[in-house]
Amino acid sequence: MEKIPILRMGDYLLVTIQVDMHDRLALTLQDDLTRAINETSAKGVLIDISSLEMVDSFIGRMLANIAAMSRVLDARTVVVGMQPAVAITLVELGLPLPGIRTALNVDAGMELLRNGKSNFKFGRPSR
Amino acid sequence: MTIAATEVVALTNEPDIVAVRRRVREVAQKLGFSLVDQTKLVTAASELARNNIIYGGGGALQIEELNGARTGIRLKFEDKGPGIPDIDLAMRDGFTTGSGLGLGLGGAKRLVHEFDIVSKSGEGTKVTITRWK
Amino acid sequence: MATVPGKQIAGNLREIIADNQQNLCNDWIREMSESVRRGDLMKESELRAQCVQFLTAFSEALGSAGANTKSDAWEPVRDFLGQISTSRAKQGFSPSETASFIFSLKRPLFEAIQREYAADPQAMSRELWIATVLLDSLGLHTIEAYQRTREAVIARQQEEMLELSTPVVKLWDRILALPLIGTLDSARTQIVMENLLQSIVQTNSRIAIIDITGVPTVDTVVAQHLLKTVTAARLMGAECIISGVRPQIAQTIVHLGINLLDITTKAKLSDAFGVALEMIGATISYNSPAGAHGA
Repeated sequence: MEKIPILRMGDYLLVTIQVDMHDRLALTLQDDLTRAINETSAKGVLIDISSLEMVDSFIGRMLANIAAMSRVLDARTVVVGMQPAVAITLVELGLPLPGIRTALNVDAGMELLRNGKSNFKFGRPSR
Repeated sequence: MTIAATEVVALTNEPDIVAVRRRVREVAQKLGFSLVDQTKLVTAASELARNNIIYGGGGALQIEELNGARTGIRLKFEDKGPGIPDIDLAMRDGFTTGSGLGLGLGGAKRLVHEFDIVSKSGEGTKVTITRWK
Repeated sequence: MATVPGKQIAGNLREIIADNQQNLCNDWIREMSESVRRGDLMKESELRAQCVQFLTAFSEALGSAGANTKSDAWEPVRDFLGQISTSRAKQGFSPSETASFIFSLKRPLFEAIQREYAADPQAMSRELWIATVLLDSLGLHTIEAYQRTREAVIARQQEEMLELSTPVVKLWDRILALPLIGTLDSARTQIVMENLLQSIVQTNSRIAIIDITGVPTVDTVVAQHLLKTVTAARLMGAECIISGVRPQIAQTIVHLGINLLDITTKAKLSDAFGVALEMIGATISYNSPAGAHGA
């Protein structure tokens, strides 16, 4: 069965989601990530969605669940690379993605994970 | 306004949701929809396809390419499932509360230009959405 | 009769055209008055070639499918008319000049029919009726094709104007500015915002300053679009600052009960730039004390 690979980079886990992720694959990823965070005591998870051309409520919930579960395991989650068309659609859809922090790309995302807060001097309230 | 082309996609199980996304994207691209418009339609289709399969027990999607004064795409989702007893309630967003019970109908409606739903308890559900170029 | 009457008559029409093709062409071209012919835009030889091509396609379609212009057999004719409409639309012909290509054929064709059926008034009126219905339908098709082309041209021009009027400017590494000018309507705002988000990705900019100094009024619709854009930018990992907020606009915003969430707003673009620099952790230092005091 196909799985989305989870890479380890030191204290962090990196996941790259390709296009056309069907529901079962998303659920598997959720389980695999939770297990991986636990086993590696990872400090953070970076999810790269730059290849995702669509995020519907199911995938949105998956991302929110991953963020929630990793928080319980004392790890941070950052989602990077959201495409403009996807962002606009999510706003229109009314999907706020609570508890998820985002960054433009992997570099910015890693910075966010490592620094614990955005390098914005003015802290943005968590959304 | 004429229907330039029609095709039917069977909705049986969960992998068909991906097939729907792909096919709707292809048709929207072919008709020259902007990337944002394509994404909105594909996302709405994904929500409705999921409802059809998971809650409605499966059915079919009819994709219509509309021609004439305006170009558009019309998607008709039909299932013979249990139906929705209270449509107004269903249209209110469930997923924003994180409960996971939302049918995504309200969201899908916001992504398209025309939205129509016919559903009765025990008589299945038919959702029709249209997006113009 | 064993044959379908429509097809039979169409077959007669076909013969009439075949027998009179040369004269028909000449009369047709003559019928297109000087003004319609647009000698300034199209040479007569080209026009003649189009007439011949049309009559040929027309005859063939008549032969295979009778008078049903919507059928597949008539597609070559419809395509041909579509092509010449499109090219005329682009060349600058007016709608009437374009449609006259078809309608000018009426008199020559009717005269040919009248000559052929001089002895049989009933058949003549049947033929005339079929011919006029045929040509009217093709004439309308020509106009529709022309319309579509004009609309496409206009749409493209609008896009170009939009792009010119809302440039996204890179102020600094990772800082963009979008100076908005003029009234914002819903359609325009959407396009502008999409461009901004695209630029954020392309330039890897963490901060986008949306300057509304040049926007006379901000109503709820515009405010909603601005809010949506900021929300979308945040989802992508960038932050927005709104600058150029004049006192009147501030009042309107409060008055309308628009919740700006927690977006930073500044009256001046320069102030917004200062905030942006702080946000990315940059400072400006002067080379000499004199410079710091604006020498």
